[in-house]
Amino acid sequence: MNTKVNFCGIEFKNPVLTASGTFGFGLEYDEYYDISELGGISVKGLTLKPREGNPTPRVAETYGGMLNSVGLQNPGVEVFKSYYLPKLKAEKTCRVIANIAGSSVDDYAEMARSLAGVGVDLLEVNISCPNVKSGGMAFGTDAKNVEAITRAVKAEASQPVVMKLSPNVTDITEMARAAEAGGADGISLINTLMGMKIDVNTRRPVLANIKGGYSGPGVMPVAVRMVYECSKAVSIPIIGMGGIMTGDDAVEFLLAGASLVMVGTANFVDPLAAVKVKNGITDYMRRHGIDDVNDLIGAVKA
Amino acid sequence: MREDLKCVISERRTLPSGQVEFILDNPRLAKEAEPGQFVHIAVENGKNLLRRPISICDAADGKTRIIFEIKGEGTKWLAGRSVGDTLTLMGPLGRGFDLDIGGSAFIIGGGIGVFPLYMLAKKLKNPKIFLGFRNKDMVVMEDEFAALGKTLVATDDGSYGEKGFAIDLAEKEISDCDIIYACGPKPMLKAVKAVAERHGVRAQISMEERMGCGIGACLVCVCKTTTGNRQVCLQGPVFDAKEIIFD
Ligand SMILES: Cc1cc2nc3c(=O)[nH]c(=O)nc-3n(C[C@H](O)[C@H](O)[C@H](O)COP(=O)(O)OP(=O)(O)OC[C@H]3O[C@@H](n4cnc5c(N)ncnc54)[C@H](O)[C@@H]3O)c2cc1C
Ligand SMILES: Cc1cc2nc3c(=O)[nH]c(=O)nc-3n(C[C@H](O)[C@H](O)[C@H](O)COP(=O)(O)O)c2cc1C
Ligand code: FES
Repeated sequence: MNTKVNFCGIEFKNPVLTASGTFGFGLEYDEYYDISELGGISVKGLTLKPREGNPTPRVAETYGGMLNSVGLQNPGVEVFKSYYLPKLKAEKTCRVIANIAGSSVDDYAEMARSLAGVGVDLLEVNISCPNVKSGGMAFGTDAKNVEAITRAVKAEASQPVVMKLSPNVTDITEMARAAEAGGADGISLINTLMGMKIDVNTRRPVLANIKGGYSGPGVMPVAVRMVYECSKAVSIPIIGMGGIMTGDDAVEFLLAGASLVMVGTANFVDPLAAVKVKNGITDYMRRHGIDDVNDLIGAVKA
Repeated sequence: MREDLKCVISERRTLPSGQVEFILDNPRLAKEAEPGQFVHIAVENGKNLLRRPISICDAADGKTRIIFEIKGEGTKWLAGRSVGDTLTLMGPLGRGFDLDIGGSAFIIGGGIGVFPLYMLAKKLKNPKIFLGFRNKDMVVMEDEFAALGKTLVATDDGSYGEKGFAIDLAEKEISDCDIIYACGPKPMLKAVKAVAERHGVRAQISMEERMGCGIGACLVCVCKTTTGNRQVCLQGPVFDAKEIIFD
């Protein structure tokens, strides 16, 4: 049985990765299982300078998922390069994706320059964070900006560039096409959906930041639909995510047109979620007599 | 490797003050547990996705004791479990109290914050214990603490013990104190920090924040410290009071 997927010229041992912001730098979950079992990990969103993020509460549970308003707290790209990346490269065999964010086109370009040639396998460009005031989602909801940032990052990057799209748009295929036009090697989607929760007893929003990003199983049908639409609209490969809890969920994304999938919120429900998703995919393949996981990609009968 | 542990509930009790107590059977959990650490319990009702953090009240001989208040859906589901049921949980998690500070210790607990202090009290030599509750009906574990050290109780309305706050009782005797260990509502912890600083006494306080992963990966549970935002689940829940910045 083959589970290897070639994505943008890079071989992943299996199509299951973990989603940025839900898996730290991988080391926390590595205490529960060897993360080398995964195809790869996308690390917490990085910025040029360290960021402290938003005030707490930063999390609210909702039916079918959760809202977060972390606001890109991270130690900055230099700490990633000097500490986390060498450790991951020395001790782990899964692919490492750097998720990067900025508040201007120049920031994104500088991030890409700073990560050129350091051993990161793929750049995932977060133009869809709903939790920061400047930049973030403001970029990802305007096709012209999407194309401009893609171009700027591509000019500096030494590795394939994947643009992470926001679902908070009327037509996601417009953003996917803009990324492709800017030279992106792939796209990943979806980031979180903008949401809000109010405590009816106190009449106050639960999140200190009032609004936050909705993730978890509740978003999955929206995410599958968007992956499906994008796979029809562009010819670059797709990383699909949004609410994946099981192997069968991941297979839905593959069928819809994703080549790789990412597991996010499910990690909080079960620390072993990502390996279970990986094993769930092979179970599915066995059940359905499928020898190559690549045969599932885009194989929805629609 | 760490594990997502399965723990059988071997005893269940509803306390007069309303909280629910479980004794959980799991050798590994009981062996590794330290005062001030917590467990992150899966709510397996098909509805609540996030786990619930609950402190370890005591642990020994393969058994771990937890006590929790019924607040919302998660703890309501938890309270509905009976003897023989199995809980899935991660733990022990976080950094507990530093037991090696030495000197004469004051333990200050407020409300449900008294539970994580019990195992601490057992491990310290002759601590002085100050417990605060809203009123007489909410007083809990007084006798158990009294067996471990001199214990004073305060209630907000004066319906039991002294009227006022536990920290005020403690401040009256502060000249006998080298280290304060505290757990309770935020205003109480803020007062503990102020008292400790006023008298030049070290204090360790246990912080509470809403959590996601419980192991340091998602950064939702941070509190403000002098060295930036730090994860309550990983670098806490116990911090030195002088590091914490209260808004
Ligand atoms: C380190 C730590 C140790 C704790 N130890 C104890 C204990 O020993 N005994 C006890 O009774 N309670 C303890 N708590 C509080 C307990 O976690 C909450 O009461 C519980 O999560 C509420 O869940 P719920 O579903 O009943 O309430 P809901 O209000 O329905 O919960 C909704 C969401 O908010 C979170 N939440 C709500 N209140 C709190 C709170 N006070 N702290 C953190 N998260 C909260 C829940 O986990 C859940 O994600 C502790 C909290 C922390 C952070
Ligand atoms: C707590 C949290 C933090 C996140 N941080 C980031 C981030 O830093 N960068 C990013 O691109 N996406 C971030 N995301 C979005 C996830 O990577 C993912 O796109 C989204 O949660 C949908 O997947 P899920 O439903 O499986 O969680 C975050 C999500 C959560 C829940
Ligand atoms: S709960 Fe995820 S970092 Fe603390």
